[in-house]
Amino acid sequence: MALLRVDPTRPEPLFQQLVDSVKDAVARGALRPGDQLPSVRELARELVINPNTIAKAYRTLESDGVTYSRRGAGTFIAERGSSTLRPKESKRRLREGLARLLADAHAHGLDAAAIEKLFHEALAKFDFAEEATRE
Amino acid sequence: MSNHPIEFDRLTCYYGKHKAVDTLNLNIPEGQVTALLGRNGAGKTSAIRCLLGFQEPTRGTARLLGHDVRALPYEVRGRVGYVAEAERLIPWMRVCDIVAYQRATFPTFDADYCDQQMRRLQLPRRRRIGKLSRGMRAQLALLLALAPRPELLVLDDPALGLDAAVRREFLEAMIDMIADEGRTVLFTSHIISDVERVADRVAILDQSVLRVDAPLDELKSRVRRWRAEFDGPPPSPPPLPGLIRSRPSTNGLWLTATSSAESVRGAFQELGATTVVDEPLALEDLFIDLTHPQEAATCDR
Repeated sequence: MALLRVDPTRPEPLFQQLVDSVKDAVARGALRPGDQLPSVRELARELVINPNTIAKAYRTLESDGVTYSRRGAGTFIAERGSSTLRPKESKRRLREGLARLLADAHAHGLDAAAIEKLFHEALAKFDFAEEATRE
Repeated sequence: MSNHPIEFDRLTCYYGKHKAVDTLNLNIPEGQVTALLGRNGAGKTSAIRCLLGFQEPTRGTARLLGHDVRALPYEVRGRVGYVAEAERLIPWMRVCDIVAYQRATFPTFDADYCDQQMRRLQLPRRRRIGKLSRGMRAQLALLLALAPRPELLVLDDPALGLDAAVRREFLEAMIDMIADEGRTVLFTSHIISDVERVADRVAILDQSVLRVDAPLDELKSRVRRWRAEFDGPPPSPPPLPGLIRSRPSTNGLWLTATSSAESVRGAFQELGATTVVDEPLALEDLFIDLTHPQEAATCDR
């Protein structure tokens, strides 16, 4: 599985990078519901990182509703909307994340129009198609 | 035995008048990989030598698999795998000879595992150790430590002097081993990116004193670097409990701290800061901030 990547020199904890990397792959449609993730041991060998770190990332993904595991069979990508997070909480997370990014963009002198354009470009890269029908 | 295969209990070690380790209290939890970091001369190797009974502690003690290191039974030593800094294997011996020697020495030696790993690593059995590449020698040293299936593995800067490609192979072998059985590992290294790959916990020694002992993830999410700007010359840094390092810049102040964001912002506001920004810190930067030179380092031992 070539799409999962971590960079040990970055400040974010490795397990968090792996969680983000899986979520990103799902959002872009590179990983689809029912797809199987490598076993902890396989991925530890491939990425050359501690298996405990992979196991922690897998636990986080499962509790976030991104994956589910079947005993003896492995870890799979869940259907969208399996998240156990309440909508209010996921909106709060998004708001916080956006605020951080906007403060940074402001500091670097980007104006609102440029930010809006970038936002829509980024949005188009993700797979939000089903969302529209579900709402 | 507690679930700490290694316990340092107020361990202090002098060489003559030089204090190499100062009142070290540190427990290494079972089933985890702990990295012991520090600059040259910080006391890492001395702590490990005391732990394995090669060096008498001056005060305090350490316990290895529940046994006081001042009276380690042979049987306990046999349950620990150890790869020394710049491991020297007898150069005229052939690979198969040293494997046979190790097999005869350790009753728990797992010959099947050893054969399997030798094939995987493609170690040439008939070659003399002196003719092996450095990478092969390092892998052989690790394999010799692993083949008796130790409960505990202690590696003192095993990657010293290896190039990036060989170090990666060595790390892969180490990961393989952890993945197979979730064994307890204590290792020292100067290569911070290697540490980030394999460590669950990090302990940092600075000038013989333990400064950090924390899970790596927690450490990375807790430590931040702060920059505050002021109208006019910067004041002296606020007395924060989690302050690691502070230094003035032209019209501001840099801080590295584990303190909560609110407490740092509050302290800066009280000092009249005009802007306050913060960013996460990579382990390497944290290490440098923690151990920045105050005096010339002594030689490592």
